[in-house]
Amino acid sequence: MSYNLLTAEFQIERNEARCIACQVCVRQCANQVHRYDPDDDWVTSDETLCVGCHRCATLCPTHALTIRRTQQEFRANANWTSGIINNVYKQAETGGVLLAGMGCDQPYRIYFDHLLLNASQVTNPSIDPLREPMELRTTIGRKPERVQVTRDEDGVRLETRLSPHLVLETPILFSAMSYGSISYNACLSLARAAKQCGIFYNTGEGGLHPTLYEYGPWTIAQVASGRFGVHSEYLKTAAALEIKIGQGAKPGIGGHLPGEKVTADVSRTRMIPEGTDALSPAPHHDIYSIEDLRQLIYALKEATNYEKPVGVKVAAVHNIAPIASGIARAGADYIAIDGLRGGTGAAPTVIRNNVGIPIELAIAAVDERLRQEGIRNQVSLIAAGSIRSSADVVKAIALGADAVYIATAALVAMGCHLCQKCYTGKCNWGIATQNPYLIKRLNPNIGTRRLVNLVRAWSLEIKEMLGGMGINAIESLRGNRDHLRGVGLNEVELETLGVKAAGEA
Amino acid sequence: MKRIIVNEEYCIGCRLCEIYCLTQHSQSKKIIKAFKEEVPRALARVVVEEEGPLSFAMQCRHCEDAPCVAACITGAMHRDERTGAVLCDEERCVGCWTCVMVCPFGAVLRNTSGRKAASKCDLCYGEEMPVCVAHCPNEALVYEERA
Amino acid sequence: MHYVIIGNSAAAIGAIEAIRRHDPENPITVVADEPHHVYSRPLISYLLGGMVDEGRMDYRPRDFYTRQRVETMLGVRVTQVNPTTQSLMLADGRTLSYDRLLIATGGRPFVPPTPGVELEGVFTFTSLDDARRIARYIEQYQARSALIVGGGLIGLKTAEALMARAMRVVIVELADRILSMTFDHTASKLAESFLRRAGADVRTGLTIKEIVAREGHVGHAILQSDERVECDLVVFAIGVRPNVGLIPPEAGIRINRGIVVNRRMQTSVPTIYAAGDCAEGYDMLLGENRPIAIWPNAYRQGYVAGCNMAGVEREDEGGLPMNAVEVCGVPTISVGLAGLPNGNGYEVMERYDRETSAYRRLVLLDNRLVGATCIGNVDRAGIYTGLIRDHINIAPFKNHLLAGNFGLISLPREYRKQLVVGEGIEM
Repeated sequence: MSYNLLTAEFQIERNEARCIACQVCVRQCANQVHRYDPDDDWVTSDETLCVGCHRCATLCPTHALTIRRTQQEFRANANWTSGIINNVYKQAETGGVLLAGMGCDQPYRIYFDHLLLNASQVTNPSIDPLREPMELRTTIGRKPERVQVTRDEDGVRLETRLSPHLVLETPILFSAMSYGSISYNACLSLARAAKQCGIFYNTGEGGLHPTLYEYGPWTIAQVASGRFGVHSEYLKTAAALEIKIGQGAKPGIGGHLPGEKVTADVSRTRMIPEGTDALSPAPHHDIYSIEDLRQLIYALKEATNYEKPVGVKVAAVHNIAPIASGIARAGADYIAIDGLRGGTGAAPTVIRNNVGIPIELAIAAVDERLRQEGIRNQVSLIAAGSIRSSADVVKAIALGADAVYIATAALVAMGCHLCQKCYTGKCNWGIATQNPYLIKRLNPNIGTRRLVNLVRAWSLEIKEMLGGMGINAIESLRGNRDHLRGVGLNEVELETLGVKAAGEA
Repeated sequence: MKRIIVNEEYCIGCRLCEIYCLTQHSQSKKIIKAFKEEVPRALARVVVEEEGPLSFAMQCRHCEDAPCVAACITGAMHRDERTGAVLCDEERCVGCWTCVMVCPFGAVLRNTSGRKAASKCDLCYGEEMPVCVAHCPNEALVYEERA
Repeated sequence: MHYVIIGNSAAAIGAIEAIRRHDPENPITVVADEPHHVYSRPLISYLLGGMVDEGRMDYRPRDFYTRQRVETMLGVRVTQVNPTTQSLMLADGRTLSYDRLLIATGGRPFVPPTPGVELEGVFTFTSLDDARRIARYIEQYQARSALIVGGGLIGLKTAEALMARAMRVVIVELADRILSMTFDHTASKLAESFLRRAGADVRTGLTIKEIVAREGHVGHAILQSDERVECDLVVFAIGVRPNVGLIPPEAGIRINRGIVVNRRMQTSVPTIYAAGDCAEGYDMLLGENRPIAIWPNAYRQGYVAGCNMAGVEREDEGGLPMNAVEVCGVPTISVGLAGLPNGNGYEVMERYDRETSAYRRLVLLDNRLVGATCIGNVDRAGIYTGLIRDHINIAPFKNHLLAGNFGLISLPREYRKQLVVGEGIEM
């Protein structure tokens, strides 16, 4: 067709009184939206190519650019929205699967925004985190049934042999983002920030780059279905191992790294040929039942001499509670549950938006189930899937998580604008790309600093909220649903969450 | 003394350093006026070199034994006692380009709009920090002492 | 410790600044036959042409000698140097003793014996006084036309100065092309075209035979070809010779073409140093001593001499012939063995852009740059100078050397990092 049915998603407003034709926007746009015309000495823009990443607007020295959503409107239709109409146009054009990056952007209910926290008044004094000790330190791993100690004149000695644990200075970890889906500088920033904050980051299914081995003590190495980059050194270097069964953005299907992003370095780290699409199969080739999972868990423990915790990451789906119970009984030291809103570098849009359940409901259900079965102590729970603020962290822990994984928030801290075009490899912020021109844009010094700042800011806020609740240790909050109240939720939701309605004492 | 250090690994080739340098050395020191109104337009003293994905900004190194100072026929190139920077007194300069000839960094630029004179980085004399460093979006330019 | 410097130009200033950096106390005396405050000699053609006024001729501020605590004896000529007694004999009969002596007497213009050379209106052009004299003569006689003997750098600058005064100029050069010591054929031809375009008359392969008077001063000249050239004024700009007349043979100071010095600028008498146009110092390209009579060379040599005189051992890394000069508004730069032809191991790379008349020519030996010429587009030419000085092997980036975006980015990364992030460089 000689014309395009698709509406340009964004309009570029250029204030001509301010534009000095310096061409910074021209140079910085990976989608080549802006063009300099030397004859007229001005810059023009092709809005059909704009993905709304704001790189140009952010760097423009005179703030001459504003990016707006296109107001070209279809007749008002709550059912056939413009997004849905445009998707049909695209598929009629290409016959292909629509891809998207980052997490589900549909207006499903966000339960975090319907949960409110308590504060101490009168009956239970609040604690001032600036004046009194506040413990955010969290341990991830299997807790024993009971603890046996002996007392003698030297003091108290622990007899029970503990399972290996991860110790976090704050209940936040960086979630799995593979080298390949994100740039080396982004990985380095995450590794350094994890070290500086005393937390951990996750390699994702891209393997571990040799130069990052020095951050091993702060690394969780993921073993995914594609087994990319999995070899004995990889297992030995990390502090913990994580078997990836699924992720929230695309439950039931495997990972996908487009061939454009498989550079020489990525191919070496993943141990796959350069330029080929890296497709992870949906099931692990050796896991077809819960017994197989148990076998793999113990194979990894054997391979690492039982010195490291081995966790399992699953997507939050309908029967997440019995699944989690099975995983706990299979010997996992922790279970990471990734909710509907979890992010990705590339997933079919239709799967990203329609498959899975929100993390709030999943964590509540799993925590409750494991408690009922009396095995809650056997695993730690890590909640993932769009933890957007310190309030979300506190709520997730109150619902039953031991800690949270953040990924989208980490990328946003490093500059991501959620344009959702990660799968094109043209990330203008140097994060989700391997393009040699673009990867320079993320200075790991800056990336590390911003990540550390984010974790620090959230930790301070968590302390404030805990203090307000009269709690001085994060573990007192875990699963403590009584500190939450729901607003605008129906009875079933309140019951699933295990939370009373606001107003109830 | 503090010098401008260039990290080519982090330079993204945006050329904002050139834009701010030009503005700082313009008459109005205001970016829109400097670009749209002033004629002749001021000259940026930092040059961004580019080859494929590799790029970096290059400006005067303010060398200890500066060849331009030694070679200058008018004494226009001199070392500022207070800051240690190498400065060109453009009033005294006659535009013979001997400094252009001896600078191994190619950091001296020929300013031929208006009076002919050699122009180069002056570490934004009078400012706390050179504007190129202050405005580099990726911290590719830093201002520090190095042993 | 008494430092004495004969001469008051670039080399002298270099020496003073070096001495004072290491020795703020001991006395320095400058003796010079020119009575002027130190001036930028290369600017005399700008002065004659009216591009600068006398106020801009100072090379250092007027309080330079006071601040550096230097005693000056200006307008005083040294007649003899006596190494045995470590003293100088001055023209007015006085003597002056020294502990360390620097001879920085510069060059003396060479004038071939030509009939009529003693006439009023015949000049050389190497000093401030020359510029004043020529200007006065032009005023006095309303001179309209000039003949310049010598198509080298001084001749061209003189021509430009006189053309700026609206005079008609004829340049006569003995070699087959102007600037034969500086440029190759193509560059010379380009320079010649600029001169012609500006209205100068350039004659090559010729020299002057006789100068003829009219009304007591220069009236016309006769060339070797017997052609008659109308001119009110003749300027000999053939070259300079090291000014070493004040050194008696019995002094034991070795003189070749200039005063021979070692890498520490010492003459064959250890307490006597020499620097600048009068000296024959180390040429880093040829690997041997020869006079390089250019301003940057003089300052550097003076500086090195000063260091060593003050007891700080420092070796001169050597000089390079180099020139930056605008020919009728077109900038040109040449460094090193710029004019050598292809052959005998030397490889030439060149690039000429017809539209802009920009020309670049490089001379290489064993994949090391030894010469560079830039005409029209001289931006960042100093990078070539750096490559010549550091004897860098250019093989890895040979085909970038003449590229439009040639710069530090074309150099090997390690060298560039060391160059850019390392310590300050030396001249």
